[in-house]
Amino acid sequence: MPFIPHTEAEIREMLDAIGVTSTEDLFDEIPAALRTEGLETIPVGKSEMDVARLMQQRAGEDQRSLCFAGAGAYEHHIPAAVWELTTRGEFYSAYTPYQAEASQGTLQLLYEYQSMMTSLTGMDVSNASLYDGASSLAEAVLMAVRANRKSKSKRILTLRSVNPVYRSVAKTITRHQGIMLEEIDYDRATGCVDVNSLPDEPSDITALVIQQPNYFGNLENIDALSDWAHKHGALVIAVVNPTSLALLKPPGEWGAMGADIVCGDGQPLGAPLSSGGPYFGIMCCRKDYVRQMPGRIIGRTTDLDGKQGFTLTLQAREQHIRRSRATSNICTNQGLLVTAATIYMSLVGPQGLYNVARSSHNNTKLLIDKLSKVTGVTRVFNSPFFHEAVFKFDLPVAEIMRALSAQSIVAGVQLGDQYPELENCLLLCATETKTEADINTLVDHISRIASRLDATKCPTQPKMA
Amino acid sequence: MSNVPSELRYTKSHEWIRREDDGTVTIGITEHAQELLGDLVFVEPPEAGSTYAVGDDCAVVESVKAASDVYSPLTGDIIEANEALSETPESINLDPYGDGWIFKMKLADEGELDGLLDATAYAEQIAAED
Repeated sequence: MPFIPHTEAEIREMLDAIGVTSTEDLFDEIPAALRTEGLETIPVGKSEMDVARLMQQRAGEDQRSLCFAGAGAYEHHIPAAVWELTTRGEFYSAYTPYQAEASQGTLQLLYEYQSMMTSLTGMDVSNASLYDGASSLAEAVLMAVRANRKSKSKRILTLRSVNPVYRSVAKTITRHQGIMLEEIDYDRATGCVDVNSLPDEPSDITALVIQQPNYFGNLENIDALSDWAHKHGALVIAVVNPTSLALLKPPGEWGAMGADIVCGDGQPLGAPLSSGGPYFGIMCCRKDYVRQMPGRIIGRTTDLDGKQGFTLTLQAREQHIRRSRATSNICTNQGLLVTAATIYMSLVGPQGLYNVARSSHNNTKLLIDKLSKVTGVTRVFNSPFFHEAVFKFDLPVAEIMRALSAQSIVAGVQLGDQYPELENCLLLCATETKTEADINTLVDHISRIASRLDATKCPTQPKMA
Repeated sequence: MSNVPSELRYTKSHEWIRREDDGTVTIGITEHAQELLGDLVFVEPPEAGSTYAVGDDCAVVESVKAASDVYSPLTGDIIEANEALSETPESINLDPYGDGWIFKMKLADEGELDGLLDATAYAEQIAAED
């Protein structure tokens, strides 16, 4: 559809019709103190040619790194067909179109996506995506407060082993609604939450947030944690990595009753690492809570001629009908990323996704085995893991990272800022994209850098008797 | 013209109120309200034991067209909610003043009943809307 701006004459005509002299007058009810005369720190515009040259120059500075960083965003192989198909004109939009039912192809794709997500998570229903993993947790918290009508406290317990960025975003989004996020510490040896450390008689809890695999890559005791939450009247919010669900127990089967709400980041399903986004959030839930779930749900039905058709369903609580009382301002959100994810899952299939998860686990196991043998490097936790692990370095980890980056290696994510007790620790990940040679390269460089750093220190640091 | 039983009291927001012999009140939405909403598909009644003041939203009725709040017409405690509506929300369409009741309250101040509309006033209001 072409974009046709209004002409000066048309604008004049409209302004005259409502008795206003200029477009600017339409905004005169905004107090002067709240208005800004432009953005001072933004430079003046450049020509297309200048911008192209600048961007090419910057792109040239990028190097193809060997990346062992995970911490919520993971490098996976993406079949070439995924983005070839996703960027076709028929799909190339982030949104369900207005007059949604006229776009049966888009709706069918979303329906297929939702079917795949419910199959992966073992839940009854899925929405058509949220913005990203962090905001999906915020939406899950808001949803739990609406859905758990027996709980009045708006008190949400989150394990400290849940991604700290997710916890921070959830707090930012929910704190002005009287919602309290309380943290439960993890066990220092296992890097998981010990169920026996939870109180026998907690006061009213609205929901418990469990991430599996957790931020450290460890596998939490999800069954016992879920049962503990349900026993005390709390809903269970599961934060998951969709790839891991090809190997691990789906949240729908956690404990005796299963998780109530599932959220997480869909990035591992076909979205490339690109400086933090765009990614997409996933959300599934039990059918009991479907009316409290934000976002779009596509249903399959039959039309008047008895033919299969797809339709938007359960819209009554969406913002275009319920205005400020809507469950959320969420609509389709990251439809384009969902398109990529649906094509990715179709191409790799259940066995392919299992292979991706299995290879990632095996490569991480290899990385753990090899890195643990390096002097001055210790694996911090002794739990079962998926595809990440935490290592503590005797030497300053920032210096090791800097030396590795000179070799175009991104060794991992430093944890000290988010977890003071994990000072000088690194979170590493090896997905199916890493070969044994890649892992050897990393381990060899770390050994070499560690011995060199150690050697330079010796003369200036006299040995203690 | 919708049925507006003369023995009930009403609100401008289309709730009806019936004073029972034991001093409690039963509350639902009027026949006119269910006509405006269309076929109801879901009802979210208030939790028994909770307390509401006049004008608080305490329940949600959802039709194929919209989800609408039901406002507490009076101040008091919810003593019972019509749990059968979770299975048969259409009771509100079929029998809004009978099986379609939504919740029962124990009032904090009986005097508030005097502030409600009587059948004549409510009938005039909906006639003016049409």
